[in-house]
Amino acid sequence: MITTSGLTKVYRSRGREVTALDGVDLHVREGEVYGVIGQSGAGKSSLIRCVNLLERPTSGTVTVAGQDLTALAGRGPRAGRELRRARSRIGMVFQHFNLLSSRTVQDNVELPLEILGLSGQERSRKALELLDLVGLAEKAKAYPAQLSGGQKQRVGIARALAGDPKVLLSDEATSALDPETTRSILQLLRDLNRQLGLTVLLITHEMDVVKSVCDSAALMERGQIVESGTVSELLATPGSELAAALFPVSGEATGEDRTVVDVTFHGEAATQPVISQLSRTYNIDISILGAAMDTVAGKQVGRMRIELPGRFEENVVPIGFLRERGLQVEVAGSDDTDTAVPAPRDAKLVKEGAK
Amino acid sequence: MTWSEMQPLLEQACWDTLYMVGWSTLIAVVAGLPLGILLVLTERGALLQNAVLNKVLGQVVNIARSMPFIILMVALMTFTRWVTGTTIGREAALVPLAVGAIPFFARLVETSIREVDGGLVEAVQSMGGSTWTVVRKVLVPESLPSLISGATTTIVALIGYSAMAGTVGGGGLGDLALRYGYQRFETELMWITVAILAVVISIIQFAGDYAARRLHKRGGGSGPLLLFRPLRGVLPGTAAAESTTKTG
Repeated sequence: MITTSGLTKVYRSRGREVTALDGVDLHVREGEVYGVIGQSGAGKSSLIRCVNLLERPTSGTVTVAGQDLTALAGRGPRAGRELRRARSRIGMVFQHFNLLSSRTVQDNVELPLEILGLSGQERSRKALELLDLVGLAEKAKAYPAQLSGGQKQRVGIARALAGDPKVLLSDEATSALDPETTRSILQLLRDLNRQLGLTVLLITHEMDVVKSVCDSAALMERGQIVESGTVSELLATPGSELAAALFPVSGEATGEDRTVVDVTFHGEAATQPVISQLSRTYNIDISILGAAMDTVAGKQVGRMRIELPGRFEENVVPIGFLRERGLQVEVAGSDDTDTAVPAPRDAKLVKEGAK
Repeated sequence: MTWSEMQPLLEQACWDTLYMVGWSTLIAVVAGLPLGILLVLTERGALLQNAVLNKVLGQVVNIARSMPFIILMVALMTFTRWVTGTTIGREAALVPLAVGAIPFFARLVETSIREVDGGLVEAVQSMGGSTWTVVRKVLVPESLPSLISGATTTIVALIGYSAMAGTVGGGGLGDLALRYGYQRFETELMWITVAILAVVISIIQFAGDYAARRLHKRGGGSGPLLLFRPLRGVLPGTAAAESTTKTG
């Protein structure tokens, strides 16, 4: 639905060049919720603005719903008719809502319809319908200043949906909201995604957002996409930074001759009592250093850091047993397997997400 | 000087001032609003980015703004004759007043427009809005309270400028105070003009502030602007406010 290839954005000011996007290839499938996560300055904002060409990419192409938007852009900073029409089919919600304070809630939702040239009657019918959809029908005549943050964002979403878009871009839509409101807004986005078959591309710095609504995710660092894939793929990827950040487990080995193993359960395996089986079969004592269980993208996923007595060489068989059970096993500190110990960078990411 | 002698003089002076200030405000708003908007839009990185035009407009505005009004009035004589066919009288005073007020108001418009949150512009662009849509639906309506304050300031400044209209025989309250009060020692008449000016300026300022505040608040009841209504059409202040509303 959304494809970018080789997307590059370089800002030039007073002879200095800043590369915000450095060859980004993004592929968002129809009907999915795709999250791009990264720290401030990673280039997320530039990326989402390049998708509807609010920012002109320096090079590369953007295709939305089969239409090459970069080809419509023209040379100047002004958007031609074709590009404007394409934009009207892409909804966008913003971190700071960007509602017009001089208009009522209903008039704000009607704005994109005015641009599309609908008649007054059609506009008000459609606007009320959308406000009903986001649960704000009774606030139609209020001004944005009278609404709470969550309500403002609902208006923002209703407005973004006015042009019957197939694609919704969300620029940190929940970052200015408290956790409770964030959840309800994310739930709304999820519902809209399901009900309307809306494809959602969202950028965020909060891991929780990715965890609760995204089907797929990408991690951005210094203008590049470092990792991407569906959430379950990512969780199944050994050494995935995103998986580790989505699912941090901690705990240090208690002694020298111990083996620390990270076990990830998903799908079928999540329901089996593997640890006690392991303990009984090989007659070993297992200590659990850390564990977490969560629902990611609607699926139960668990992660556990366990410690086995003896060095890695002595534990090859039990580890093989775990692998056989369909679990994803990563041995911490060994050279042949990627470690799952979060790098300091991830730790920061998690911290940011936890704010 | 008796009251019966003063009355026709005052009446005529009031009408002259009203005529000059009213028309020049109208012209200043009609021409200054687009000029101010253009000053913002042609800036680097803005929607109609155009460095050359921006520089030229900026310079013209600066020069016109820094010119003492009385000099502007003399300097524009040829132009005034071309427009009105005369260089004497209130019509002749009107031309330099308007020319002086346009850049004055344009600068105020520029400041007001600049205060509009860029995110709103971005939002309208993301809906597929053109530059014209951005101006009409975002920049002007969102800065309306501030634009009205700007128009009020312009009117008050114009009343000040119009005092010099006597130089070209334009009449008005300032001219009256100067000729009778200063040159003929009619202190009483001078004080009356001063009082009239003070009252008029206060009313205009009050009406302008009230309208701006009213629009700024948004969200209370949407009842009529009580104080604003009866003044409509009487004072140049309300005329200016109205024309701004229409442009929006």
